[in-house]
Amino acid sequence: MSAALTRYFPLLLLAATWEAVTRLGLVPASALPSLDKVASAWYGLAAGGDLWTNGVSSMTRGAAGLALAIVFGSLIGVLMAWYKPVHVVVNPVVQFFYPMPKSALIPVMVLWLGFGDASKVVLIFVGAMLPVTLSAYNGARGTDQVLIWSARSMGASRLRVLWEVVVPSALPELLSGIRTALALSFVLLVASELIVARSGFGYMIGWLGDGGAYDAMFAVVLTVAFLGFVADRLYLMLVARVLAWRE
Amino acid sequence: MSADTPILAPAAPALRLDRLAAGLTQRAAGTLPLIVLVVAWEGLARAHILSTFLLPPLSTVLERIWDDALSGDLALNLGVTLYRALAGFAIAAIAGVALGIVMARNAAVRWFFDPIVSVAFPMPKIAFLPIFMLWLGLYDVSKISMVVFNAIFPVITATLAAAEGVDSYLLWSARSLGASARQLLREIILPAAMPQVLTGLQVALPIAMIVEIVTEMLMGGTGLGGAMIQASRFADSAGVFAGIIEIAVAGLALVKGISMVRRHLLVWHQEAEDPTTV
Repeated sequence: MSAALTRYFPLLLLAATWEAVTRLGLVPASALPSLDKVASAWYGLAAGGDLWTNGVSSMTRGAAGLALAIVFGSLIGVLMAWYKPVHVVVNPVVQFFYPMPKSALIPVMVLWLGFGDASKVVLIFVGAMLPVTLSAYNGARGTDQVLIWSARSMGASRLRVLWEVVVPSALPELLSGIRTALALSFVLLVASELIVARSGFGYMIGWLGDGGAYDAMFAVVLTVAFLGFVADRLYLMLVARVLAWRE
Repeated sequence: MSADTPILAPAAPALRLDRLAAGLTQRAAGTLPLIVLVVAWEGLARAHILSTFLLPPLSTVLERIWDDALSGDLALNLGVTLYRALAGFAIAAIAGVALGIVMARNAAVRWFFDPIVSVAFPMPKIAFLPIFMLWLGLYDVSKISMVVFNAIFPVITATLAAAEGVDSYLLWSARSLGASARQLLREIILPAAMPQVLTGLQVALPIAMIVEIVTEMLMGGTGLGGAMIQASRFADSAGVFAGIIEIAVAGLALVKGISMVRRHLLVWHQEAEDPTTV
């Protein structure tokens, strides 16, 4: 407990500085609302239900897009490493689109799918799939040939080798690719909601800012940032459990 | 040994036609799926399987890019976007490497920044964009600052890990040979940390581009992202697709560029090839 306190003390220091600066009137309240105002605005949004309804719609979009990205990305990546023809067809496409700044897809998704959920889910799916694909491919490609040969010579079918040898040995790299995808999905979610949406955290940040309710805007911004951080930490804990067999 | 014994001289590269042909075939096989994609796009649009609004023919889109190039819009938007993305990236690179190294060398600095970096790194910092707009306005300063804010954390983390991982024997040997602190930094720490730092930069550059495009889309004005969102507001789908091709090519060029820089800087290093990402 006290170790955590020493470790995170600089963050408390920053918060105290924030509060002090606003209390002393060093910066205008319109530029930086005081921390207690932000907290009470957060409470207002939470009690009024706005934060929950928008939060649920954001998180549903993010989870749906990311889930699709993980399923299809790992499938394609492993198949690329396992079947040469898949590699020949898919690899050039992946290599070409991987470096594309994914946010460029936002207007195209709006054009195709409108302002609602579908455009965000597909955006996150397409954007987050490439890192997953590439990491699954690299992980599966790095499987020790000796392990594959041994399993084959002991009579395992090709499918069984794929499932029991290739997939587990691709897992560490795949899981780190999914971490990248998780971070990217938050970025794409918030960016697309800021630009065009009718619900969600990004949409809330936009209309609160436009309406000059800066304390509430700060409250939502900090909420999103905190959720992104928590999601990453929970994911790391999950990874540690999944990979516990490696030690 | 006389000067004309060519023991260590590289053998003149023999022209291996078979290898050349094999390389070309592989190249061709590599671009084939992309060509199929391009043909399918044009075909789908021409056959009106999808409306030209949803998918304008590639030829129309290329014509639009050509028109933009002739009118100078393309050069202007591309220039502005690259300027802001690269300026932000450069600031993030220099400040991030400096901070990472100081954190590795100084316990107090490390204590202060460690929790901030570890909390801020995984945060979706793009959510802070409206706050940057509020504080810094709608022009270059706020866009470049946003790019720096997003791109700096992978650089700090990579540099810190790299500077920590420098072989202690190297440091001890250099110090016992009388190296000053500055020499230690220039001759030992920076070169030893270079591969990992470059990997951090290779993560940061695409982030800089993603963020730059989003800031332009939200704030409008010049730039590839701004032009694209403008086109989408006017339901100008050829403009939207022209934008996505321009941005994709710019992104590809930057990623290829930084991996060339990596190869150039690390010729002395034994790393066989680029990291498998990108």
